[in-house]
Amino acid sequence: MKFTLSWLKDHLDTDATLAEITEALTMIGLEVEAVDDKAQFAPFTIARVLTAEKHPDADKLKVLTVDAGDGKPVQVVCGAPNARAGLVGAFAAPGTYVPGIDLELSVGKIRGVESHGMMCSERELEMSDEHSGIIDLPEDAPVGTPFAAYAGLDDPVIEIGLTPNRPDCTGVHGIARDLAAAGLGTLKPLGIEPIAGDGACPVDVRIDAPDLCPGFALRLVRGVKNGPSPQWMQQRLIAIGLRPINALVDITNYVTFGWGRPLHVFDAAKVTGNLVVRRATDGETILGLDGKEYTLTGEMCTIADERGPESIAGIMGGEESGCDETTTDVVIESALWNPRNVARTGRDLGIITDARYRFERGVDPEFMVPGLELATRMVLDLCGGTPTETRVTGYAGHQCKTVDFPFAEVRRLTGADVEAAKSTDILERLGFDVNGRGEIAKVTAPSWRPDIEGKADLVEEVMRIHGVGNIAPLPLESHGAVNGRVLTVQQVRTRAAKRALAARGMMEAVTWSFIPAAHAAAFGGGAAALQLANPIAADMSDMRPSLLPGLLAAAQRNANVGHGDVALFEVAGTYESDTPDGQRRVAGGIRRGTATLTGAGRAWDGHAAAVGVFDAKADALAALEACGAPVDKLTVERGAPDWYHPGRSGLIKLGPKNVLGHFGELHPRTLEVLDVKGPVCGFEIFIDALPEPKRKATRTKPRLDLSPFQAVTRDFAFVVDADVAAGALQRAVAGADKQLVTGVTVFDLFEGAALGEGRKSVAVEVQIQPTDRTLTDEDLEALSGRIVASVEKATGGVLRG
Amino acid sequence: MNETARPEIDQLERTLMADIASAADEDAIEQVRVAAIGKKGAVSERMKTLGKMSAEERQVMGPALNGLKVRVTDAIAARKAELRDAAIEARLATETVDITLPVRPSPAETGRIHPISQVIDEITAICADMGFAVAEGPDIETDYYNFTALNFPEDHPAREMHDTFFMAPDANGERKVLRTHTSPVQIRTMEAQEPPIRIVIPGKTYRHDSDATHTPMFHQLEGLVVDKVTTVAHLKWTIEEFCKAFFEVPDVAMRFRPSYFPFTEPSLEVDIQCDRSKPGEVRFGEGNDWMEILGCGMVHPNVLRAGGLDPDVYQGFAWGIGIDRLAMLKYGMPDLRAFFDADVRWLKHYGFRPLDMPTLFGGLSQ
Repeated sequence: MKFTLSWLKDHLDTDATLAEITEALTMIGLEVEAVDDKAQFAPFTIARVLTAEKHPDADKLKVLTVDAGDGKPVQVVCGAPNARAGLVGAFAAPGTYVPGIDLELSVGKIRGVESHGMMCSERELEMSDEHSGIIDLPEDAPVGTPFAAYAGLDDPVIEIGLTPNRPDCTGVHGIARDLAAAGLGTLKPLGIEPIAGDGACPVDVRIDAPDLCPGFALRLVRGVKNGPSPQWMQQRLIAIGLRPINALVDITNYVTFGWGRPLHVFDAAKVTGNLVVRRATDGETILGLDGKEYTLTGEMCTIADERGPESIAGIMGGEESGCDETTTDVVIESALWNPRNVARTGRDLGIITDARYRFERGVDPEFMVPGLELATRMVLDLCGGTPTETRVTGYAGHQCKTVDFPFAEVRRLTGADVEAAKSTDILERLGFDVNGRGEIAKVTAPSWRPDIEGKADLVEEVMRIHGVGNIAPLPLESHGAVNGRVLTVQQVRTRAAKRALAARGMMEAVTWSFIPAAHAAAFGGGAAALQLANPIAADMSDMRPSLLPGLLAAAQRNANVGHGDVALFEVAGTYESDTPDGQRRVAGGIRRGTATLTGAGRAWDGHAAAVGVFDAKADALAALEACGAPVDKLTVERGAPDWYHPGRSGLIKLGPKNVLGHFGELHPRTLEVLDVKGPVCGFEIFIDALPEPKRKATRTKPRLDLSPFQAVTRDFAFVVDADVAAGALQRAVAGADKQLVTGVTVFDLFEGAALGEGRKSVAVEVQIQPTDRTLTDEDLEALSGRIVASVEKATGGVLRG
Repeated sequence: MNETARPEIDQLERTLMADIASAADEDAIEQVRVAAIGKKGAVSERMKTLGKMSAEERQVMGPALNGLKVRVTDAIAARKAELRDAAIEARLATETVDITLPVRPSPAETGRIHPISQVIDEITAICADMGFAVAEGPDIETDYYNFTALNFPEDHPAREMHDTFFMAPDANGERKVLRTHTSPVQIRTMEAQEPPIRIVIPGKTYRHDSDATHTPMFHQLEGLVVDKVTTVAHLKWTIEEFCKAFFEVPDVAMRFRPSYFPFTEPSLEVDIQCDRSKPGEVRFGEGNDWMEILGCGMVHPNVLRAGGLDPDVYQGFAWGIGIDRLAMLKYGMPDLRAFFDADVRWLKHYGFRPLDMPTLFGGLSQ
């Protein structure tokens, strides 16, 4: 919402400075977004041309002497055809910035003659596009005084960012009311007098959609002369960014911005028969005033005549019945429209107009008729003519909202001590009616405040006028009762997983939650319920079923700019369904190239190997461990999802059913879909699949018993079938004596012809820790026997000879 | 005899000392030791003759031989030590390497935490100290939780302030939305928990918007306090303390302006004092400029009702702030879009080391 200072002062009697006004506006909730104080026009002075001679060296130039009022005539070279002795115009001295040519003037020579400034055209002052000559003012224009003041160019323009709850401030009058309430002056009365009409309005209106149109007022003015509106009106409209059209149209805009009351004018000669307010029929079209054709639906409201729609109600008039210079009889319409319907229609048609802006916020219903009177007055004043009586249809009057308001509510919600009398005063200044002197008053909202619903709204009114700055900050009380802990178990795990993965040299990425449909499909997603109806781009269409596609694509983007060895992770949501439970809490990561745990690339002491399944497995287990998973109880088995390499991937489970994660190298087909080049591996773990830890009564750690007896290690090599899992063999060794065997490490794998086809050797180092006595050779012999037997039983393996 | 014996001992000593001095390695010195003070060594053999000497002779020769033995023994030990040191030094000399060769950096130094995670940790540290717990909610929301329960009227222009992503409609024609703010978690929390409530809600939010300062996905932090006593005065204190703590400045001027949000009444917007005179840098707590930083207000009675609470009994405040924007303001990233590019050069530069965990006692940032 834009307006000028002089326009505001038409409604507000004030001595406040521009700075005081803008500060007050912001602090009462009408945030000033921009102020143009027009200071750039200040240097231009009214000056008289004393002499004008032909330039000695140029046919089209003249050499002027100019009196700018200081008694020291200056020489100016000028090319304007209308430059002549005696002309009074606008002069810019050297050093002045001229906005229309975006140039700061300096003293210069033009074809050998010095020029000390410039006589300006309207275009050079950005007053209009006029550039056929320099500004030519009346003889009596006061030479030596600022041109801007004379021409009305010094009227500062203020723009406020209006919140959707304040339709009353879509007009200057409402803004003035707020400022007056805040003590910045006195609101001038509206001073609208009813205008008697000459006979009934011959144009009738029927409302077929009363739910969309709760009131319609109109009147005809005959015999108007439409032409350009007066200078002062044009200047104000231009100042706020509107283009003057003609007096009738300008008046509607002026009333729209001055009082927040949108109007429409029909050329009566172009209206066929009576008007009807009705829902449009599907597919009905109208040519709007903006020259575009709009196709209406049955949900939209239109003002139609016998020919068809003449206006999109509350949004835009139709071109066919619009007013131009030939208009002699004008129908002025002031109506009420259903805000929700206007909002929806405007959105669906993609039309943003000043009328829509106001109607969708809710205009003052009680100003429907006064607004029409106001417009009639202006039409009569500017265009002449004879008005008919006003015809009002469908308006049942406005029921003002009354709220029981305990004055103590101000203190309860804001902490501010505002006396009841002061609250009453503030509300009354804003136009509220306050009844009752006790602790609770009945407060009636004015018709221009549809946003007032209850007590809290009144508290806001009192607070904003009283001043939020007057409320002293108060510390929050300490609250022992609020929540036992800051983070939930899941949140603690999320945080731990991030830090653990970053500590493994990986970089945390945050990638889009929506990914291309093909990527989603390649990772088991793509369900209809997880597709966006209005994606922002075609390749951001599906809620991701996995973190991997986003990370893999990111890795490839990095590779494409020369950074191929990357390790990325993300801890975030994936989406199995559109319900809250369908959002999984997942940690995922990928490694590409040679981005291994110990570093990437070549080095003098050893080159990093290409990443593979075991890098991903280590990441997955590290993340699980950081999340508090019982790592020694986890099992790893085949059966990872099909986006992985079937032979180089695995599932991590806790118990037979609970899948905690998967890892592996990616399937070549998956990489093809994603357009990613390997080597690359990845993993995902499901943080929300981890069981909640048991609530322990104590934080005390279990007792530690340190054995005084020497620990020993023994090596075994077993020959087993090639498909025997090393993990199974490891478990068999450990299970041979759960007391003595404290660790089993696989330290060598061997496959060779000597072992026979389909056989392999697995060598393990067994850590043995006696607890009650030092082991004898016989003890170790016996233990070895148990280990060999256990392995044989579990895997069919035999000790390698 | 005396006259002949002494020179002979002196001669022996000179010979032995010369042998000791010239022993080139540990083997040689061992040979010298055996030859001198071994069982059949020259000194030992002479010591054996003492028994056969007269008392007078013994009185002279005893101390002389004993003195010789001590000096030879010491000299051998000294030479041995010397030779061992020399041998170690010689070995070490052969083991010397070029210590300017590079080593692999620790993965804990090369990994990075994304600024969004770091800032959430910073905020959590501050708010935990004020008694707030962290709550979360789903990204895919119903229209009810995202709008209706938060007092957004149907078709009201306030809904258009949020450019909403819609999910494909289901069989009943109902369409879920990607939450446009973290505020739905206010309702979910009030439904699940009795007041007093003091929570912050960090999370992903989505709006159909994309330019230099808007991305279709971004992160928001919501704060919510509901009890029977909390007022705008507490709100002002909380926001001021939060901003000072987050930007790590001792003092900062703030401006609370009345504003409008459907889910708060009264509503406020907050500006923070800053200095933007240096390009690419914002200093808080200095300068004459104001920057809008967050929106807040007292929880709207209709929102309390939607959460199952009586607005005449319960009251409180809520605020919402952009996490990505906070990160940009504090750490100076110029472009929001880069947050979601996963460019490792950006992550390395703007990311945080995994062991730099924000705490109040250790400082939020290093």
